Amino acid sequence: MSANLSALLYLVAGVLFILSLRGLSSPASSRQGNMFGMIGMAIAVGTTLASHPPADGVAWLLVILAVAIGGGIGAVIARRVPMTSMPELVAAFHSLVGMAAVLVAAGAFYAPEAFDIGTPGNIHPQSLVEMSLGVAIGALTFTGSVIAFLKLSARMSGAPIILPFRHAINIVLALALVFFIVGLVMSGSALDFWLITIIALALGVLMIIPIGGADMPVVISMLNSYSGWAAAGIGFTLGNSALIITGALVGSSGAILSYIMCHAMNRSFISVILGGFGGETAAAGGGSGEQKPAKLGSADDAAFIMKNASKVIIVPGYGMAVAQAQHALREMADLLKKEGVEVKYAIHPVAGRMPGHMNVLLAEANVPYDEVFELEDINSEFAQADIAFVIGANDVTNPAAEEDKTSPIYGMPVLQVWKAGTVMFIKRSLASGYAGIDNPLFYRDNTMMLLGDAKKVTENIVKAM
Amino acid sequence: MEHLAQAVDPFVFRLSIFVLAVFVGYFVVWSVTPALHTPLMSVTNAISSVIVVGALLAVGVGMVSSGSGWARGFGFVALIFACVNIFGGFLVTQRMLAMYKKKAK
Repeated sequence: MSANLSALLYLVAGVLFILSLRGLSSPASSRQGNMFGMIGMAIAVGTTLASHPPADGVAWLLVILAVAIGGGIGAVIARRVPMTSMPELVAAFHSLVGMAAVLVAAGAFYAPEAFDIGTPGNIHPQSLVEMSLGVAIGALTFTGSVIAFLKLSARMSGAPIILPFRHAINIVLALALVFFIVGLVMSGSALDFWLITIIALALGVLMIIPIGGADMPVVISMLNSYSGWAAAGIGFTLGNSALIITGALVGSSGAILSYIMCHAMNRSFISVILGGFGGETAAAGGGSGEQKPAKLGSADDAAFIMKNASKVIIVPGYGMAVAQAQHALREMADLLKKEGVEVKYAIHPVAGRMPGHMNVLLAEANVPYDEVFELEDINSEFAQADIAFVIGANDVTNPAAEEDKTSPIYGMPVLQVWKAGTVMFIKRSLASGYAGIDNPLFYRDNTMMLLGDAKKVTENIVKAM
Repeated sequence: MEHLAQAVDPFVFRLSIFVLAVFVGYFVVWSVTPALHTPLMSVTNAISSVIVVGALLAVGVGMVSSGSGWARGFGFVALIFACVNIFGGFLVTQRMLAMYKKKAK
């Protein structure tokens, strides 16, 4: 296959990847978009195999074996993973992209002739720069994503781990990274290559451990972005336009998601990266509400009030995901709709542990997507709603964000559930939320607390109806 | 006509593609509906595994030097990782997208 033809085919693959993201502008076109992505991938793989076929039988065997193992594992995971575990799955996938980038760069370093970038020990300096960027970002993505995975899957505490002098350590490591990249470009030595890898691996760990659980939606988007930049770096080394285009797409996609998440929490990207947020549960403002009694309600009361309402807005949060309450919730909504009650869902951008997490869970429970609304589209409707039904959410409904200038979350856009006639909170306890901030809403007159597991309480309400 | 014959460094071409693709990505991703942000992350995951082309080059390298064996080893592992991502990423996205339904009327 001529070099021009294969370059054109890689371009086609890149365009198909753009279309696959474009398809996600609406659920109706999204499935077709995903198909474009698969076709693009098939073209890219086919082109590579045709233009640079594996050198001998053993190589072919290795290719087939690796595709069978990797593809098999991937297919099984994709089929089995519960929708509530999507955040940790995505984090795990990011780590694989990062590691693959490191390994491909290592492959290119040891067999540069196969990548047309020089001969062993004599690689073009420009390729070494591109390669070291790819390897550094890839290694950082790998360990960062592993830590994010451990935190999201609760294999590791979500609390921030603050090392003494961590900023100094990070700066020293970053300088060392630059030093060894320059060293690699000058000398082309394998030692420099592996030192870059090791330092970047350490930096990935150190960057993510101080970031608290509340900031996970930002972290996971940020790592998404990094995995893209790593791919783009390798794309430069290989001179492959499909890889460069995809890396750029993924890189900017993750960056935009990080921006949206930061904006939704009213936090600057820098302060998220510096970490430490959401650690101490006894944060400012925690003491003021303790004396006040909260009104507790039963499932029967809730069922009675809701049946007689005309409009109910449901606000789901991470607690719903943990309790797997989405199916019971949809049952409840169906019963309400049968009684002639108007039911809508309101989703805050940072509800859950990753962007769009709640939407997927509701979709899984067969909630039609045109009943689900984003913060800015539904916030004005709470005033007309009889009931705001908050299930497993807390911080995203905290009026302190609008009223209390001393609150750490002051200025964060929140769902104005308190404007509804009655607010029902399903929560396990009156404890503060993930951000460690007390919610004054629990103690208001028009609030009814339904304490217990989100799924059990919802099921009891369904029974009572 | 000597100035016309001067070749542009391929790096400049690649950089042009890269910069334009960043802009394309910027506009395309802003138009993604927030309801599909989770599938967006899983599909970007899948497509960034196009790094598989590099893994294929490394694993298929001819046994010409002492480094070739290493390259094959690295390429083999990279290929497994990339394939987990490709199959896992696209299939889980497909599974998620199949769940988004409109109101039955």
